[in-house]
This record gives sequence, C-alpha cells and structure tokens, in this order.
Amino acid sequence: MKTVYLDNNATTRTAPEVVEAMLPFFSELYGNASSMHSFGGQVGKHLARAREQVAALIGAHPAEIIFTSCGTESNNAAIMGTLYSYPEKKHIVICRVEHPAVLNVGHHLQARGYRVTELGVDRQGKLNLDELRASLKEDTALVSIMAANNETGVLFPIDEIAAIAKERGIPFHTDAVQAVGKIPMDMSRSPIDLLSLSGHKLHAPKGIGALYLRKGTKFSPFMIGGHQEGGRRGGTENVPYIVGLGRAAEFVTDHMEEENTRVRALRDRLETELIQRIPNTLINGDPLNRLPNTSNISFEYIEGESILMLLNEEGICASSGSACTSGSLQPSHVLRAMGVPFTAAHGSVRFSLSIYNTDADVDHVIKVMPPIIERIREMSPFWKDYQAGKPPSSFLTGGDVEHHVHG
Amino acid sequence: MWDYTDKVKDHFLHPRNVGEVENPDAIGEVGSLACGDALRLTFKLDENKRIQDIKFQTFGCASAIASSSALTEIAKGMTLEEAEKISNQDLAEFLGGLPEEKMHCSVMGKEALEAAIANYRGEEAVKEDFEIVCKCFGVTDKEIERVATENDLTSLEQITDFTKAGGGCQACHPKIEAILTKLWGKKPVEPAENLVPAGQKLTNLQKIRLIQETLEREILPPIRSDGGDLELIDVAGDTIYVALRGSCSFCPQSQFTLKNFVEAKLREFVSPDLVVEEVKG
Repeated sequence: MKTVYLDNNATTRTAPEVVEAMLPFFSELYGNASSMHSFGGQVGKHLARAREQVAALIGAHPAEIIFTSCGTESNNAAIMGTLYSYPEKKHIVICRVEHPAVLNVGHHLQARGYRVTELGVDRQGKLNLDELRASLKEDTALVSIMAANNETGVLFPIDEIAAIAKERGIPFHTDAVQAVGKIPMDMSRSPIDLLSLSGHKLHAPKGIGALYLRKGTKFSPFMIGGHQEGGRRGGTENVPYIVGLGRAAEFVTDHMEEENTRVRALRDRLETELIQRIPNTLINGDPLNRLPNTSNISFEYIEGESILMLLNEEGICASSGSACTSGSLQPSHVLRAMGVPFTAAHGSVRFSLSIYNTDADVDHVIKVMPPIIERIREMSPFWKDYQAGKPPSSFLTGGDVEHHVHG
Repeated sequence: MWDYTDKVKDHFLHPRNVGEVENPDAIGEVGSLACGDALRLTFKLDENKRIQDIKFQTFGCASAIASSSALTEIAKGMTLEEAEKISNQDLAEFLGGLPEEKMHCSVMGKEALEAAIANYRGEEAVKEDFEIVCKCFGVTDKEIERVATENDLTSLEQITDFTKAGGGCQACHPKIEAILTKLWGKKPVEPAENLVPAGQKLTNLQKIRLIQETLEREILPPIRSDGGDLELIDVAGDTIYVALRGSCSFCPQSQFTLKNFVEAKLREFVSPDLVVEEVKG
C-alpha cells in the first residue's frame, strides 16, 4: 500500500540532494574542523559554506548562526542564554500555545522563582498585542513568541512583537521551527534578536538545528566547552548534518515559491473538499494568516485517535490534537487555549503537506475520509444525540470544562 | 502509535454489537464529552433473565471502542448476577492486554455495565456519600478507592492510568496520595527527635543516615522529575556539601532551590541547624 505522508510538521523527508551532500562527510572527509592540519581544515571550509547557506535562508550574517543539535536546544539556549546574561531580571513573556520546547522551559523557570507571563490567544489562535504591551515589566528579561504554530499553522506578527519589545529594551526570541523554509524570513529587515530553526522540519535530517543570534545581543553559552561556534556553543561540530542543513537551506529556498503556490493550493483543495463532503467539520485557526502547508480540521462528536487509526489503515499519515494519541488526558493545549469546544477539540486532525505531496495524495484522503468519519460517528453517542436534536451537555456527568493551563 | 494487540485492533476495526437495543430493559451511561471518553450501553433480557441483546455506543479512542465491544461479547447470555462480576481486568484480558495508560477504558466498560444494571433495578445512580476528588474528570474518592483495591494500584500514576483522576490540572494529587496512604498505609516519617533521647544530639552516623533518607524521600524525586539531580558530597558538622547535576547544574535558580528547598527540607527532617553549601564540579 502506498504511504501518503501528510505529517510534515512532525518531520519531513530528508531531500535526496541533502543526503548526497552529506555522504562524503561520513567517509573520506572525516577530519575535525578544529584540527590544525589541512585534512581537518578542508572540512572547516564546508562548515563555513553551510553557515553561509543557513544565514542566506533567513537574511542573516554567517557569524550570527550557531549550529545546535535541534530546535529544542536552540530554544533552550536562547532562553537560558539570555537569562544568564540578565541575572537581575526575573520575568519572561511567552505564549500559551508555544511548543513544549518553550512552554515547558517556562514552567521549569516558574518552579524556580521566575515570573512567567503566558499570553492567551483568541478563537483564531491570534495574540492580543495590547496584552503583550501591558505584560512587559521593568525586569522582563525576554519575550519569546513562536513564529508559526505547529498545530494550526497560525502565523504570529513577530516583527511587530519584536519592535514592541525593542521599544522597552527587551530582547525578543522566536521559535521559528515551523516557519523557516515555508515562508520568507529576513533578519536584515527585522528587529528579531534570536531565532530558532530545526533541520528536520525543512528536509534536512533529525539531529541538527541552528540559533540565529543578532550581532550585539547579550548571550551566555548554554553548552560550555571548547571554542567552537565562536565560543557560544561548545562541542565538536556535527559536520555531516551541518552540511546537510546548509544544503537543505538552499533546497527550501529553491522550493519556497512552490510551497506557497502548488502546496498551498493542495492544502486548500483538501480543506474545501472535506468541509463540503463531511458535515460538522471546521478549520481551527486563522483561515488566512497561516502556513501554506498546514490544515487543522475538527470533526465534531468523534475522537481523533480513532480517525488516525483508520487513516493508517488506508496508508495515510497525519496527527491529532486528541489526548489519546499521546497518553495525555487532555486534548491539545493549543486548541484548548483557543477555546475550541470539546465537541471539536477531541476530534481534530492535522494534515501538514510538503513539496513531495501530489494531487493523487489529496485525492486519496478526500476519497477515504468521508466513510471513515461516518463509520466512527455511527458509534458515537454524542453524534446520535446531536442528530436527534439533543444537546451533548445532556449526556452524562463529570468533567470540569474549564481549561487548565499550568500557571 | 500505541502498541495494541491484534485483538484490540480487531475489535476496533470490527466492533461487535454497535448501536442501541430497541426498547431496552436498561441503559447505562458513563463518561463525558469533556473527558474524551463516553459509553452508552443498552441491554434487553430474555425470559430467563439472561442478557439476550446488548449494544454500545462509544465516543473515544481505539481502546475505548475495543473495550466496549469486548464487554458486550462477554456479557451476552449472562444473568445480571454473573454480569456484575465482570471486572475491568476481564475486559483487558479478553483483549490480550491494554497499554497501562489506556486501562481507564476497561474501567469505563465495567462502570457502564454497573450503571445499566442499576438502571434496570431502579437504583439511584448516586448511592453513597462521595467527594469529587478530580474535578477535571469528575472522579470521586469512592471510585479511586474501589479501582485501587480491585486492581492493586499503589501509585498516583497507576490511579491516573486507570481512572484519569489526576491527569488534568494536578491539583488533586495530594488528595489522591492521601487516599492511597489511607488504603495501603505508609511508613510514617520518623522525626529526628525520636531517634535520640531528649537532651542528646544526633551522632554523626545518625545525622548522615537521616540526611541520606531525607534526600531520597523528600528532595531527590521532585528534582529528578525536572531533569535535575543532586549528589551528597560531604557532611562536616552542620554543613552539608552537595553538588548539583543534570539541569540543576546550569539552572540560574539553583541557589534558590538549594536554600529554599533542599536546606529547608533538611532542616525540617534532620536538624534546624543545618546549612547547605554547593560544591562545584
């Protein structure tokens, strides 16, 4: 059975061009870039080239790129590295819909005496900038807001947020793991101070990431070791993966227009057809201001894991904000923060496309999805109640419908 | 993806007895939309008072649907007295096992059957005094006690796996711990003053032993749950030297943790005169 891979916000296929670029660095070009001899030194040139490629992707200077092991490391380094630089400041501002690589760092800091403001979002997943302004304090050390939400694809106005922070002299970091490679980003025209990106979200392998650190931004190393990465991140460079990230940066630059035209059209067709064919279906997140590849759809009155299991039987890979997929007991913190009702939050499915997806992939989903949803709804008591005109609240007891977010 | 048995997959992909029995003798409902799991069970008895027809409607994951299907298969043909004895373990065993985190699906099946039988007998759904312990998932103290007893559950994590209680905002964790302590008992913490006669001081050996016990019991679990660690390096008089490891070693709040948590706990459980100092490296 053919696999239809629509889970590209989880991870992407490593592009064959990227693999090809990496291969020599596993075999003949194995020198250490820090070595004095020319055998190692020649590797250093490839490292420098990769730094230029990644810098070019986001309009940065190569010296502003620090290679890391992943997006999570970049986020942790950005936050902790900034806090180390401002030990007297004990307040940070993040958002309630951040990825756990930021959200849980906030919780970690909160347990250690920091004040963490978690800004809420509206029903479309958007921030209120007046609330952001009001949240900034004298001792705010950092504002960290994601560039694009991983679950809904909703884009945040990060340049505007960075400018607001800058007015108060506060550094601004953005977790741009989902945005980089999908939409244009240009640090030469933006006030952003720190930016995280991850290789495996843009057709490089897992295990490589980068942190953009604007020249002049105060930063204390998170990984302490040798002089690698200008003393800002110790540890022998992961050369094959860095070279792969560099090649991937070129690859996504070359395909960005396709991402924003053909892939966007595929995504839109998928959504339109599913909404037309399946009743009680809704899109989660700002319908216009979104990543071109992401669609988060809720099918009311059913549960997401069941949908994923039946999609899996059809060879289709997707994700869900359902609690049951993760062993968590509450549905997606993102959808709950947006106030998506429980009737829809449990039954959400995220389709995230890439340039490797085709019309045939979307045709397959459009064909199999209606009977899958119908089949699960046939089993759902809530769907039966809904059809009978009974409100779901009349069914059963228990369950505090309040949203519980840490802090 | 969960590691489901073939039988769970089979009962999810081909659920038996889906729907509602026409003119049922009883109906049982448990769960809620907010919880993400709900089950409606209906049955009809034959002239010998055996379950002739039983059907389910389930809102939930593959485990919930498979558990509901298994329940109807097991219960069919039983008298109500026999059906009452079906346990959640019976459902899990019938399916060849469920992931620990999904055991609450089997408990939901059992509770729906109980609710349906109570409905048949005209019993009130609320039959005894209870307190809702977990407000996120509407789980009562009686449910926690019963599920813990029936399944030999001794930890908070197990209670969450089997009932969902404690899986939301976590505010109820102390109450669940208290229920478990009441149920299974726990060796009470022995205050330092009980170890030595009045007026005498702890010997160095007693002090070190108490420090080690307090570290293991009170201090290390929460620190380790955050990815950190702490090593006892030395004890000199009332000064305790420790080294921070893991995420604590680079945490900007480590001094706060050392003074306001580690030192405070050691003073509480060992001696009010203790001072904690960090050793680097």
